Amino acid sequence: MSSQFVMYDEEFQRINRVCERLTREANAKVVFLGDKNGQLIACTGQTENLDTTSLASLMAGQIAAAGGIAKLINEKEFNQIFHEGERDNVHISIVASRVILVVIFDSRSSLGLVRLRVKKASEELARVFETMMRKTETGAALFAEITDDDIDNMFSE
Amino acid sequence: MSFINYTNREITCKIVYYGPGLCGKTTNVQWIHAQTAQEARGKLISLATETERTLFFDFFPLALGQIRGFKTRFHLYTVPGQVFYDASRKLILKNLDGVVFVADSQDERMDANVESVENLLTNLQDQGDELSKVPYVMQYNKRDLPNAAPVDEMRRLLNPLGAPEFEAVAPTGVGVFETLKQVAKLVLADLRKNT
Ligand SMILES: Nc1nc2c(ncn2[C@@H]2O[C@H](COP(=O)(O)OP(=O)(O)OP(=O)(O)O)[C@@H](O)[C@H]2O)c(=O)[nH]1
Ligand SMILES: [Mg+2]
Repeated sequence: MSSQFVMYDEEFQRINRVCERLTREANAKVVFLGDKNGQLIACTGQTENLDTTSLASLMAGQIAAAGGIAKLINEKEFNQIFHEGERDNVHISIVASRVILVVIFDSRSSLGLVRLRVKKASEELARVFETMMRKTETGAALFAEITDDDIDNMFSE
Repeated sequence: MSFINYTNREITCKIVYYGPGLCGKTTNVQWIHAQTAQEARGKLISLATETERTLFFDFFPLALGQIRGFKTRFHLYTVPGQVFYDASRKLILKNLDGVVFVADSQDERMDANVESVENLLTNLQDQGDELSKVPYVMQYNKRDLPNAAPVDEMRRLLNPLGAPEFEAVAPTGVGVFETLKQVAKLVLADLRKNT
C-alpha cells in the first residue's frame, strides 16, 4: 500500500512513441497500455469511440483473474492472452511484470505479426518503466505540502 | 497504490467497498454514480450475475476536484460479498489506497459481518497490508430496517479499531457521500504522510 506510481512527461512521451510505432508496425487498430491496477497509461490508434478508462479497469480485472488461475495450476503467470472475435482480435501481454499491453487488430494484421512486434515493443517499454520506477522511488514530494484545508476545499463545491 | 501523472496532472487513487453479501456495497456505488455530474464520472461497470449479485466487481472513476493543481480521481470498486468469491475479493484488494466496510445492520446478518471483517483482515495480511494502517471507514448500512441492531453493539463487534463510522441507508443516499468523503480525505492525508 501507499506505494506510488509516478509518471513524468519525459517517460510519457517515450511510451507514447513506442505505442505509436507498435500501432503502425503491427497494423493494429488500437494499442493500449495500462497498469495492473486498472490505470490507463497510454492509448494510440483509433481511439475516438473507445471508453479507455473502462477498458483499463476490465483489462486489469482480466489479468488479475488470469493470474489467479495461473497460481491455481502452478503457473507463474500467463504471458500472453488472446481473444478472437468475428472482426477484431485482442492480444494482451504483460510487460516488466506490471504493465498490461493490449493490441486490438483485425484481418489487416495477423497474430504472428502482432506477437513479433509486441516482443520488440515490450523490451523498449520495460526499459522505460525501469527508469520510471527509479524516479518514483526518489521523487514525488508533491503531497508533503498539502494542508487539511486543501483537502477540505476539494469537497466544498 | 496511487498513480500520479505529471503529464495530465492527475492523481488516481483506488477505494474498495468491502462487506458481506447483500450488505449494500453496489447500492452505495450506484448512488454515488447516479448523483455525480456526468462530466465528473465515467461509466459504471458491473460484472454481475443474472440476479444482480456482484460476480467480480463494480467499478467507476470519479473526479473530485483539484488539489494543488492536480485533478484527483478516485477509482471506486466493490468486491463480491458472497463467501465463495474469496479469490476474486483478493484480486480487487490489491494495491488499494482506502477501504470502506459496509456492514449490514440487520440482527441476523451480524455473524456474516463479523466473518467478513475477519476475511478483510486476513486478505490484507496476505498481501502484506495491515488494516490499522490503511485508510479505513466503517458504514452501518440498512439503518431503516426494523431489525437493525443497535450501533453500540455493532461498534463493539465490528469496529474495535475505532475507524470513523457512519450510519447509512444506501438506496436513499443517507450517509453515502459522508462515508465517501471521509475515506477520500483519509486517503489524501495518507498520501501526504507517505511522501
Ligand atoms: N432497506 C434497505 N435495503 C438496502 C439498503 N442497502 C441496500 N439494500 C438492498 O439490499 C440488496 C442488496 O444490495 P447490493 O448493493 O446489491 O448488495 P451487495 O453488497 O453489493 O451484495 P453482493 O454483490 O452480493 O456482495 C438490494 O436489494 C438493495 O436494494 C438499505 O440501507 N436499506
Ligand atoms: Mg454487489
